[in-house]
Amino acid sequence: MRTPLYDEHVRLGARIVDFSGWEMPVVYGGIIEEHRFTREHCSLFDTCHMGKFEIRGRAAQADLERILTQPLAALAPGRGAYGYILNEKGGVLDDQICFRRSADCFWLIVNAGTTPSNEEWVRSRLSPESVLVDLSLRYAKFDVQGPKARESMDRAFGAAMPDMKYFHLREVDLLGTSCMVSRTGYTGEFGYELFTPIDSCADFWRRLLAGGGARPAGLGARDTLRVEMGYPLYGHELGPGRTPAGIGGARFMNMDKDFTGRDAVRSELERGGFNVLAGLRLEGRASARNGDRVVMDGVPVGEVTSGLFAPSLGVAVAMAYVAPSAAAPGARLGIDVRGRLLPAKVVGLPFHKSGTCRRKENET
Amino acid sequence: MNIPEDLRYTKSHEWARDAGAYVEVGISDFAQHQLSDVTYVDLPEIGRHVNAGEEVAVVESIKAASDIYAPVSGVVAEVNPALSEKPEAVNSDPYGEGWMLRITPDAGGGEFNKLLSAGEYAGICEAGH
Repeated sequence: MRTPLYDEHVRLGARIVDFSGWEMPVVYGGIIEEHRFTREHCSLFDTCHMGKFEIRGRAAQADLERILTQPLAALAPGRGAYGYILNEKGGVLDDQICFRRSADCFWLIVNAGTTPSNEEWVRSRLSPESVLVDLSLRYAKFDVQGPKARESMDRAFGAAMPDMKYFHLREVDLLGTSCMVSRTGYTGEFGYELFTPIDSCADFWRRLLAGGGARPAGLGARDTLRVEMGYPLYGHELGPGRTPAGIGGARFMNMDKDFTGRDAVRSELERGGFNVLAGLRLEGRASARNGDRVVMDGVPVGEVTSGLFAPSLGVAVAMAYVAPSAAAPGARLGIDVRGRLLPAKVVGLPFHKSGTCRRKENET
Repeated sequence: MNIPEDLRYTKSHEWARDAGAYVEVGISDFAQHQLSDVTYVDLPEIGRHVNAGEEVAVVESIKAASDIYAPVSGVVAEVNPALSEKPEAVNSDPYGEGWMLRITPDAGGGEFNKLLSAGEYAGICEAGH
């Protein structure tokens, strides 16, 4: 499958790879260069492949409260919250952001690879009076990320972006077209996720590059940026084989409501002893990878789920699920990389501490 | 794509330069482009004997770790010390600053002359392998 921005990527010289059945740009020039430009300026990431659904109806909130883990009752219109979709055993089917558009209307943004299964899972759990609409037929989506994102938007579209708080979503008129903009992203930097009509998305994209001073960035930089922030990725830190208990206990879950998987998560939290997600900072550039074994004093204590060279830190970092006894910050662990033990130290997440994603607008 | 005429190549995208006493080895421009940003090169011990086609080094990029195979049999005589600080030289100058190791070939090997010519290697790259 190709996104509506595919021709733009080819024109920009991107290297295209398969990602969950989508032909996506992995890199345009260099991954580290794109990473740095995002941390310091502003980059564009094609995220059209992600799933986006509107769920509406008088029972929409009650339905979604059962399907999603985060609390929705207190969510005001225009606000969003991060959470999971769990199966009955508490296994993670996906992570997602849910925005409330109005009293009876919600937007649900999910991962690309899980979009079809999520749609089926959610649809089959809705009340008859709730309606699910696939917004991918209406909207393209790309992310505008970096400390200069607001200036890029202002310059590209010749109008001042409104002040927006983190995890807010609103309608913004750009180029005489109604677009939806959320103050979210996956890089750790200030920025937006921009939903434009599909027909004109290339125009928005090009204006941000030409007049806005933004540059394109691919999936390679998207991964280095998210790992530096300690953000989990479905298929690595998240999956059906494990509950979210290991990522901050009950965080992103409202344990007081009745959502699918809650009882399983609750008993796991009560039982304890489960492996927890830890940040590991290595000493050099050599990287650990998904599946590498983590040891403490010669004893296996866990497994790496993501690992790479972190451009902003200048050393390799990894995320790993480790036994609670090995998870304390400062703990000295080793990672078995191709038969050699690389020393690593447990550090608090995020690895990159100076991300601008929570910057207040009046601080720009 | 840059494929110097005076070098020999392997199907696995190493290049080899005959410098008389030793054979210098690195990865091709095509390979560095495929890997994208090289972040670390795991080089062998000096003095290790390797057979042609044997794994002799590992090059790590942001995305993955890839094995580097010895183009000829011999003893590892030298590794590029600059790569520990500047692995990105493999991207910026794959046939120069980005060289990885030097192998003193076994006597009577003749393996170097069986490696691919620039023209033959270009054919492999064009086929997309």
